[in-house]
Amino acid sequence: MPRRLRGRQELWLGLLGVLLAFGVCEAVSRAGLVRRNHLPPASEVLARAVELAGDPVFLDGIGATLRAWFLGLALACAVAVPLGLLLGSVPVVDAATRAIVEFLRPLPSVALIPLVSLLLGSGTETEVALITYACVWPILFNTVYGLGETDPLAKETLRAFGFGRLAVLLRVELPGTAPFIAAGIRISAAVALILAVATEILAGFGEGLGIFIAQAGLATDGNRDVLAGVVWAGTLGLVINGVLVGAERRLFPWTPEQRAAAEQGARG
Amino acid sequence: MSTMSTAGRTTRHMLRLSAVGQHYGDHQVLHDLTLTVPAGQLLCVVGPSGCGKSTLLRTIAGLLPTREGTVEIDGTPVTGVPDRLAVVFQDYGRSLLPWLTVRDNVALPLRRQGLGRAERRAEADRILERVGLTGTARRHPWQLSGGMQQRVAIARALVCRPTLLLMDEPFGSLDAQTREDLEDLLLEVHHTDDTTIVFVTHDIDESVYVGDRVVALSAAPAARIVLDLPVDLPGTRDQIATRGLPEFVALRARVGRAVRGQTT
Repeated sequence: MPRRLRGRQELWLGLLGVLLAFGVCEAVSRAGLVRRNHLPPASEVLARAVELAGDPVFLDGIGATLRAWFLGLALACAVAVPLGLLLGSVPVVDAATRAIVEFLRPLPSVALIPLVSLLLGSGTETEVALITYACVWPILFNTVYGLGETDPLAKETLRAFGFGRLAVLLRVELPGTAPFIAAGIRISAAVALILAVATEILAGFGEGLGIFIAQAGLATDGNRDVLAGVVWAGTLGLVINGVLVGAERRLFPWTPEQRAAAEQGARG
Repeated sequence: MSTMSTAGRTTRHMLRLSAVGQHYGDHQVLHDLTLTVPAGQLLCVVGPSGCGKSTLLRTIAGLLPTREGTVEIDGTPVTGVPDRLAVVFQDYGRSLLPWLTVRDNVALPLRRQGLGRAERRAEADRILERVGLTGTARRHPWQLSGGMQQRVAIARALVCRPTLLLMDEPFGSLDAQTREDLEDLLLEVHHTDDTTIVFVTHDIDESVYVGDRVVALSAAPAARIVLDLPVDLPGTRDQIATRGLPEFVALRARVGRAVRGQTT
């Protein structure tokens, strides 16, 4: 097994990777390997991205995208967690719905954009509906999987103390599944961001980061703005992921992964 | 349900198994087990691994429905999980809830008795002190050593003052020193509370050391009772002195032979 790196080492290596990638992008553009207005130097893209942070119209767009992102993700949680608990604890329902679930799951949500736009128009409703649809799956499957992973001995112990089926679900299965649900939400958070931006780009009008990128793509010499928008999307994803990882660490310190990480941290 | 003991005192039977059998499909696990356990007895059940000791315990606990025969606890036939029953499993790491503190784990069974939060906490702290875990109430089980975690599991079992305590190889995964400490803790608890205890173990020495009585089961399939032996050891039990007594050695030999399927 490879030796695990310490936290600080990982941070420095991560920074080094970012600098290298940045340098390569910068060099490719400056050396004239590609046309400069196709791929502007990384430093210019970054400068533009920073500049956009002071642009109220752009920030409103980010706000709109994040609202749709949050709404879609929240709706997906509200649907997927109870559904997952039902599917995971009642085998009959699971068997009856398996075929439908397995049919719907592999459908790429992006392919549904035209259909849903026809039904719901090209506004926030479509965006939220598609995000919800795409985000349900990771949360649903993680919930079902987590329930299956609940320790039978813990359940048996509570039953032996006289707790009924519902009490066992609430006191053992739900808290035991919570880390899996959280991991599902973290996966879905990234999916939601992709869907939010993609729907906006394809819908083409309204407000949002995707709209900004789509409109910049139509302008002459707009690639710098397109890439600056992409940098924003990536940064949002990075920040969201970081926040969720941190929340998982605080909320579920008992899981084997978190305990291993904590030990690593204490030593490093 | 009562018989007269030699002292003329009425003996209450806490547990009575009549012709109990269990099978998984065609596989017969337990066969025609008949056994009565008087109130206050510490009964050890030994047998070769895989002989159905745990199945027997789960049957008594009402976690497995009885396929053949009847199980009665304190005169009442077992249909579901009986009241005032507590279980300690071998695998404390899996049976304690890692998201609860030690105190909340121990106080959990009290939730069924409608006690308020403050009462539950006070009761849990009292039991924790008794099993030698003062000062650990606010920590989490996985922050403690294996022996301490099993003490938490024992505290959780004792907190609702069970009339019947079932233990499934509770000390099987602990090191020798810790195991001896916990055996003595169990004896102390048994001595003070007079709880009826069914203690399943594969360790023959342990069964003779902690038990008032040892029952040996035959190997699978269709385990049945091959030995039912009262343990009359003189004096208070002591890890060094008791294990050196000729009586202890003789009893251990009889149990050992029975478990290996030799006639005694």
